[in-house]
Amino acid sequence: MQSLAPLLLTLKVAGFASLCAFVAGVGLAFVLARYRFRGRECFDAVFTLPLVLPPTVLGYYLIVLIGRNGWIGRYLYDAFGITLMFTWQGAVLAAAVVSLPLVFKAARAAFESVDHNLEKAARTLGSTEWGVFLRISFPLAWRGIMAGTMLAFARAMGEFGATLMVAGNLPGKTQTLSLAVYDAVQAGNDGLAAVLVLITSAACILVLLCSGRILKSQYLKEIEQ
Amino acid sequence: MSRRCAFRIRIILYLLTTCFCFAGIAAAEQELTVSAAASLTNGFQELGKKFEAANPGVRVVLNFAASGALMQQIQMGAPVDVFASADQKTMEDAWRKNLMVKESCRNFVSNRLVLIVPGGSRTAVADARDLGRKEISKIAIGKPETVPAGRYAQAALTKAGLWEALHPKFIYGDSVRQVLDYVSRGEVDAGFVFSTDAVVAKDRVRVVAVMELEIPIVYPIGVVAATQKKELAGRFIQFALSAEGQEALAKFGFGKP
Repeated sequence: MQSLAPLLLTLKVAGFASLCAFVAGVGLAFVLARYRFRGRECFDAVFTLPLVLPPTVLGYYLIVLIGRNGWIGRYLYDAFGITLMFTWQGAVLAAAVVSLPLVFKAARAAFESVDHNLEKAARTLGSTEWGVFLRISFPLAWRGIMAGTMLAFARAMGEFGATLMVAGNLPGKTQTLSLAVYDAVQAGNDGLAAVLVLITSAACILVLLCSGRILKSQYLKEIEQ
Repeated sequence: MSRRCAFRIRIILYLLTTCFCFAGIAAAEQELTVSAAASLTNGFQELGKKFEAANPGVRVVLNFAASGALMQQIQMGAPVDVFASADQKTMEDAWRKNLMVKESCRNFVSNRLVLIVPGGSRTAVADARDLGRKEISKIAIGKPETVPAGRYAQAALTKAGLWEALHPKFIYGDSVRQVLDYVSRGEVDAGFVFSTDAVVAKDRVRVVAVMELEIPIVYPIGVVAATQKKELAGRFIQFALSAEGQEALAKFGFGKP
């Protein structure tokens, strides 16, 4: 049981994190792919930054923002009594920030490859902008977005540095699989480390198989049509 | 053709110079790697500088982490010459695994465990018993498996009959310095560190109580069995025990063993 708790927590954190990254990434990508405004490429660079920056640097930024004395954290604590530090929600935030670029980049490329004429045609037929997004752009970009989200989920599962800095390493509360492995090795608990490593590998293979299956079945469906 | 030739010669010359540079450094300097408990950070940085000054041509490389983690590194074959632990248990574990030259081991400093709160904190916590109050929600403590300060805190709180009750409030740190960092940033309401750690951050944390322990906190130091530099490592230990070394460590609040 000691080795299953980190697995469940990891799945929970990675699930919520990739959901957050999905919503934020798709929204940002759509805006950047469709609208022209000053500093567009600067925004693109900022949202891609988490892919390039070391996770510890991101962890530091997050501490400055959401720590109890941080810019946003102080307000959250004074107004609602909420602290994200050392909670699983904090781990979700860290993993979401780290995996955001994977959804964002894939979604932007996917939106940009959607045929503009189809969107224009929908508008001439009386569709609203929201309708165009929901019925034309999003369904056509779906596969690229899905692939990005799968990668984001995998990245969130393996997240270590930013999570350690923001959420700490509390057994049963914020100790995800990667942190549990680190802890077991540090403490010289090789047996537990081996079990955790096997669980992690099995879980990752399962995720890859599932994602391959989802993407493939969609591809086959398209061919049949 | 001649241009290409000149280019090649330049490349060869460049490579040769680099090789000589590296060889020069290796010949001139002897490196001594010291793995020391995180609480020794500032004291050993000073001690290392003094040792380098007294032994020209020697470079001291310092490696700080939780004592348990350092022992684990040594067990996995880290190229370390001297190991200083913050507690006897870690050193005894190292002996049992034949990682140390047993007769080289000496106790060299002593320390005390203290309860600290963030400097700006308005809590009225005066001793460990007050930690049970509702306004104290997070208490930082070193991981007892690898961090000696955490193990001492566990012993002190168990003795006071508080360990079980406070358990849900603990935030575990990877080393005593991480605990200090959590408290000084105000992320937690209180924490257990050594009095020497509290001195380093005295403008950001406030010591509220010295914890009572059954066994005194005494730091051992010794030569790692796998080292090739036993003589130099022994000299470093002698230096730590000497009047000059003890004075450098006393500056950071370490007591005599």
